[in-house]
Amino acid sequence: MAEAATMQVSDEVAVTINNMNKWYGSFHVLRDINLTVNRGERIVICGPSGSGKSTLIRCINALEEHQKGSIEVDGTLLSSDLKNIDKIRSEVGMCFQHFNLFPHLTILENCTLAPIWVRKTPKKEAEEIAMHFLEKVKIPDQANKYPGQLSGGQQQRVAIARSLCMKPRIMLFDEPTSALDPEMIKEVLDTMIELAEEGMTMLCVTHEMGFARQVANRVIFMDEGQIVEQNEPEAFFNNPQSPRTQLFLSQILGH
Amino acid sequence: MAILSDPPEGPFRLSMLLSDTRYRSLTLQAITALVLALCLAYLYRNISTNLQAQGLSLGFSFLQDPSGYDINQRLVEYTSQSTHARAALVGILNTLLVAVLACITATIFGVIAGVLRLSNNWLVSKLMAFYVEIFRNIPVLIWIIIIFTIMTNVMPTPRAFRGDAATSSMLFDLFAFTNRGVYIPGPGFSNPFFASVGMNWLLVIAVLVGSFFGARAIGTWATKIQEATGDRPTTWYMILGVWLLPVAILLTVMGLTWDIPALKGFNFTGGIKIGGPLIALWFALSIYTGAFIAENVRAGIQAVSKGQTEAAGALGLRPGRIMNLVVLPQALRVIIPPLISQYLNITKNSSLAIAVGYADITATLGGITLNQTGRAIECVLLLMLFYLTASLLISAFMNVYNASIKLKER
Repeated sequence: MAEAATMQVSDEVAVTINNMNKWYGSFHVLRDINLTVNRGERIVICGPSGSGKSTLIRCINALEEHQKGSIEVDGTLLSSDLKNIDKIRSEVGMCFQHFNLFPHLTILENCTLAPIWVRKTPKKEAEEIAMHFLEKVKIPDQANKYPGQLSGGQQQRVAIARSLCMKPRIMLFDEPTSALDPEMIKEVLDTMIELAEEGMTMLCVTHEMGFARQVANRVIFMDEGQIVEQNEPEAFFNNPQSPRTQLFLSQILGH
Repeated sequence: MAILSDPPEGPFRLSMLLSDTRYRSLTLQAITALVLALCLAYLYRNISTNLQAQGLSLGFSFLQDPSGYDINQRLVEYTSQSTHARAALVGILNTLLVAVLACITATIFGVIAGVLRLSNNWLVSKLMAFYVEIFRNIPVLIWIIIIFTIMTNVMPTPRAFRGDAATSSMLFDLFAFTNRGVYIPGPGFSNPFFASVGMNWLLVIAVLVGSFFGARAIGTWATKIQEATGDRPTTWYMILGVWLLPVAILLTVMGLTWDIPALKGFNFTGGIKIGGPLIALWFALSIYTGAFIAENVRAGIQAVSKGQTEAAGALGLRPGRIMNLVVLPQALRVIIPPLISQYLNITKNSSLAIAVGYADITATLGGITLNQTGRAIECVLLLMLFYLTASLLISAFMNVYNASIKLKER
């Protein structure tokens, strides 16, 4: 897409993952992951279920611990030091498959909770920021409702707005459209495309190949805890190198 | 809702009373009501013929007769010359006393044990699991007896405190732990003006209520500052001051004195005596019910999905804040309803007081009064009425609280 090509990617490094390994007990989930993400880059990670793609992005903001290797986010080395974890989490926003909005708070309160308690933003200012981002995801009129009163697509857009209120420099998406009806997938993807166009650094686990073609500047294919192949979307879809990638693509694109 | 298709026209047949959904539920209710009425009529007839045959009649005038028995643990004035009604009142107050005390301590034990059972510390979580399993799987009556037996056998007699070769001594010269109970200093007021007014405790309570609102005002003020500037001021020392200072000043003005228990003759006098039976009952009910509450608390916290903690963590909130702002508000919805049941259980289980001779309502009205007057039906009716009222009141109160924290959806 011509549009995607115009989006700026700088030489500045946002995330560096070096030789990272992770085990669940004796199960080796991630093997020797090496990945560098530049600022402004939009990466789509795909692969069969159980291949470790969610675990990989959850390691980046320390929702999962890795046992070997190193992860560096914006120059901060991820260690067990709480200060470093705090610093990284305030730079990195995340959206989940099941939205995970706080059901006991209104949409507006969902968006202002972290700015008020983590960033120590005055309430009024936090609310203004929240309304700004709710307008951006096109649901300012729902601000005083509770998450249970919204549709799935609306909830996921609120989740995106909630993350943006912390002004993150990197966004992680963990299968953001997998729990949605086909009609709602579009509204969420549109929001994500808009975000990409503004130059947000994004790592996105998804099976929406149309989204990958349109927005990503790199597609990563994972299997059995390893990065099997990574390439620009055009080359990745038209000319996959490894047999495993070819099989996967033929299965998800074949019907 | 859309209406079903027009009902088929046709004459009413008797079989439709059972087969037609329009009449079926009415028919069944009518049958139930009839059976219930028959049962009640049978019971009433049975009682009245039996009472007549024995030449007895129902009536509550016996409550005005002198009771003729002593009660050692009491919150209000009472002698053996007082009426049975007064004895019942002593019993009611004793029941409420142990129920309220046990509800408070059981909640504290339960919350601590429930939260700690989820701890990542292996030893702590296993210890809490051990506590829960041991205490909730042995009947509370046995715990009451065990604790009472230990107290009466292990603690020293008042005699052990006497003489030059005393084998026991008072803790800090203030507290005496004996096999008859624990003696603690009792507060008194020496200022003649306040002593003559005779409303000392009301004044103290009034000041404490004032402090409560003061503390709330500080909280509101802190929230306002936070909303305006983003920083929440440190308030714990102000809140501490608001709670302690006014009461301390009032007590000093009223001339607070402590009546310290002292050995006189064969027993301790002065101060406040907390009888062994009360302690055994209180402690047993607390640890027993605390084990159940611990499980409620654990269930409530675990009912909040892991995604909530993760989402809050991903936003940069610290674990303590996540607990207070995200997990607990949701967990309370799950914890409160079973907690009501546990409070009701404590209130009703307190009737086991009779096993250790604690004079609760079952022991006075339902025990000695019933035996002395032979008014079994009246006494049991009054007992039932009391427990029912107390339980419904607790229920109503807790339900109001529950409604206030309910999750709003749709």
